[in-house]
Amino acid sequence: MSEHQDQPFDPNLPVRVDDAGPATGPNAGPAIPQRGRGRRRLSASMIIGASLVVLVFALALLSFIWTPYDPSVIDPAARLQSSSLDHPLGTDRFGRDTLTWIMYGARITLLVGIVAVGIALLVGTPIGIIAALFAQYPWGMWIGAVIMRANDILLAFPALLLAIIFAAVFQPGTGPAMVAVGIAAIPGFARVARSGTMQVLSSEYVRAARASNRSTPAIAVVHVLPNIAGMVIVQASVAFAISVLAEAGLSFLGLGTQPPVPSWGRMLQESQQFLSTHPELALWPGLCIALAVLGFNLLGDGLRDRFDPKMEARGDG
Amino acid sequence: MAENLLEICDLTITPAGSTTAVLEGVSLTLAPGERVGLIGESGSGKSLTAQSIMGLLPEELNASGTVTLDGFSGNVLAAREKTLARVRSKLVSMVFQEPMSALNPLMRIGDQIAEALRIHGETQRPRMRGRVLQLLHDVHMPSPESARLAYPHQLSGGQRQRVMLAIALANSPRLLICDEPTTALDVTVQRHMLDLIAERVATVRAGLLFITHDLAVVAGVCDRVIVMHSGRIVETGSVREIFANPQHEYTRGLLASSDLESTDADGKLYTLRTALAYSGPTTSATASAASAAHTSAPASAAPTSAETKPSGNRAAATAPSAEGLGAPLIEVSGVSKLYRSGGLLRRKAPVQALEDISFSVHAGRRLGIVGESGSGKTTLLGILSGLDRPTTGHVRVGDVRVDTASSQALRSLRENLQFVFQDPFSSLDPRMRVEDIVAEPLVAQGMAREERRAKVADMLAAVDIDTASMRRYPHQFSGGQRQRISIARALVTRPQILVADEPVSALDVSVRAQVLNLLTDLVDEYALTLLFVSHDLGVVKHLCSEVIVMKDGHIVEAGATDAVYSDPQQDYTRDLIAATPSLAAALEAAR
Repeated sequence: MSEHQDQPFDPNLPVRVDDAGPATGPNAGPAIPQRGRGRRRLSASMIIGASLVVLVFALALLSFIWTPYDPSVIDPAARLQSSSLDHPLGTDRFGRDTLTWIMYGARITLLVGIVAVGIALLVGTPIGIIAALFAQYPWGMWIGAVIMRANDILLAFPALLLAIIFAAVFQPGTGPAMVAVGIAAIPGFARVARSGTMQVLSSEYVRAARASNRSTPAIAVVHVLPNIAGMVIVQASVAFAISVLAEAGLSFLGLGTQPPVPSWGRMLQESQQFLSTHPELALWPGLCIALAVLGFNLLGDGLRDRFDPKMEARGDG
Repeated sequence: MAENLLEICDLTITPAGSTTAVLEGVSLTLAPGERVGLIGESGSGKSLTAQSIMGLLPEELNASGTVTLDGFSGNVLAAREKTLARVRSKLVSMVFQEPMSALNPLMRIGDQIAEALRIHGETQRPRMRGRVLQLLHDVHMPSPESARLAYPHQLSGGQRQRVMLAIALANSPRLLICDEPTTALDVTVQRHMLDLIAERVATVRAGLLFITHDLAVVAGVCDRVIVMHSGRIVETGSVREIFANPQHEYTRGLLASSDLESTDADGKLYTLRTALAYSGPTTSATASAASAAHTSAPASAAPTSAETKPSGNRAAATAPSAEGLGAPLIEVSGVSKLYRSGGLLRRKAPVQALEDISFSVHAGRRLGIVGESGSGKTTLLGILSGLDRPTTGHVRVGDVRVDTASSQALRSLRENLQFVFQDPFSSLDPRMRVEDIVAEPLVAQGMAREERRAKVADMLAAVDIDTASMRRYPHQFSGGQRQRISIARALVTRPQILVADEPVSALDVSVRAQVLNLLTDLVDEYALTLLFVSHDLGVVKHLCSEVIVMKDGHIVEAGATDAVYSDPQQDYTRDLIAATPSLAAALEAAR
């Protein structure tokens, strides 16, 4: 018999105590500190990541209600200014307020992230689950294999090349860029979902569900989805960081967001010629991109620590 | 008595950030060469005690008190890692529970043993090989020369545990700590391992601290026993004292619930609660009477297997009528299963998991299937339930021909046949509420929500789970409670057949008795046909009317439980019965 010390069991809960006779006193439960869900502390990376992500969202939402200036208003009298009370982050070569642009840019960044991750998650996760479900039957093994090899081919295809093709076939713009980034992120989700599903399918509770006549789709929804949700959320957070970066890169190349819509990537591109004279024009959008990517990555790490069962066993340390 | 080899004084361990101690005021001593058993259930603090002796306590635990070892100056708890490293293996060494993960899978066995020798630098390089061979020879490794060059995955669990013992004894430590060294092993292997540990410890004249939850095991190996409960030592004494005349109520309860041969007035196994009525393990007189029972059942012989089971008698009483009805409920004939594994890169030889298995079970009977790991028990269950198909042979359950059944027929089969699995921690979906878990088979039947709720509440009440806790998640329950939830899920559809796959082997002894009693009650109440798979002969003997002994995919022996146990026809069955640790036999040996 093994010692099930890793299992969270909170003796404080008024659960009926097993088997302890009145004479022997309450069974004190496992000897290792209790680890109820509520007791687990948030890690530092999770807190920093979450705050950065919240900040980006706050900027984007605020831009719908209020910005210091109108982003499209050109004011030649105020061009290329440094930080001042009127323009906290300065102005660009047309006299547009940088802070306003940063706030508007956050919208595009988040839009691209949400749509791209949404596409990848909604397509990739079912693909992974289906591949794993087929792989458990001898007659379906080849279907699972074909799905995953197709997935590998997509994984090997450079995301940037896909975006360039999209820009050439349709026209350069936020829409095609989002879709291209989303498609490129599908394989990651499919892989995560597949390995998670395999794990869940080998568990005894799935065997029990089978033995009680649950259909395969029902098992996928009732048992598999909730149990792989954690892994998928972690993947989403990391994919979000990648899409933020990809959008900035594509816009920088002129293949993403088109003028006059404000975007961090385009701000970077436009600041190029002033790099020696007005480096702050590149600094602010660059910093925003870096912090947003860092935020989503840290959040992803934090979430992984929280969801990963292996980490759970380590306790409050 | 000479100076003590090990002295633990007032050891208290508190997790960081907590005020309740997990180990409180533990004091014990161990004289040189003494063999002490440390007994307790999970969470009793026995492993923590062992870890403090080795100085291996996790950082986040605060320990106070003193641990002193003869030959080591100062308190082990306060010592620095560097000084401790020199102590381990020379003064104290340890054998762990899990032979699968305790060896480095990428290192040859010989190198792993040599490593232990080299670190302590006493064996010269040229003599290393001979010493390694000697150590392997000492632990009775078959063909030490080839074992030296083998990788861990090429060895069986028992062999690996031998290697662990060889490593632990490499530098002739003064104290050997064994933490549940045989729990993960099959009974016959366990027997050999226990003998080996006793033999080696005696040869090198080391002290032994043997940690286990199994009273019968400890009785055979140790001179003295320390019983732990909830982080405290509740009782200390010689094996005989503890077993014959336990002073503490917990010890008595533990003893009573681990004895599967004695039952109380109602034919139930003793639990911690009913332990007061327990009169000690069946001793020599009654034991021999029990073994003679098949020839002339003496009415005076107290708790023999025939008498102890009114429930069994009830089953026997209904059996003739079942036989009168003719065809058995379950019929398995000539079933074989061949696994072809391997992919593009690796071609493996096909594995014969089952070969020509035939048996039948009448309605209302309880069949025990006994075998060690790899005997094909689990494969057989998979085939019976239609989750897997046999390569050849026929299986009939009720009216359903399982081996050729359509998925429709399999659905109706599964409504009649339900499972209880071994591991109470992985058989319940961690993200579902208990009520949803138990309701799952009903959902599959398409029952309406209200009706489901009522049935689930009834069923949970029947397995003694407070219905107020229906909305909790599995992790909020203990192992025994989870296993009862598992039983509730299996029985909520009122199946005719219950298949239990090692349902109590992951539970503590006191909980085991409770679950077995519950299972007996429910089987009677719902008139179930029970298929009970176990490696534990004692459990099967208590619960089942008929038994099949399996080995390597074959049926070795089959028959009525009493007949098979009292008069085994095959060598393997005899070995199995002899190797099963029993309190009575252990006590006999201790005298």
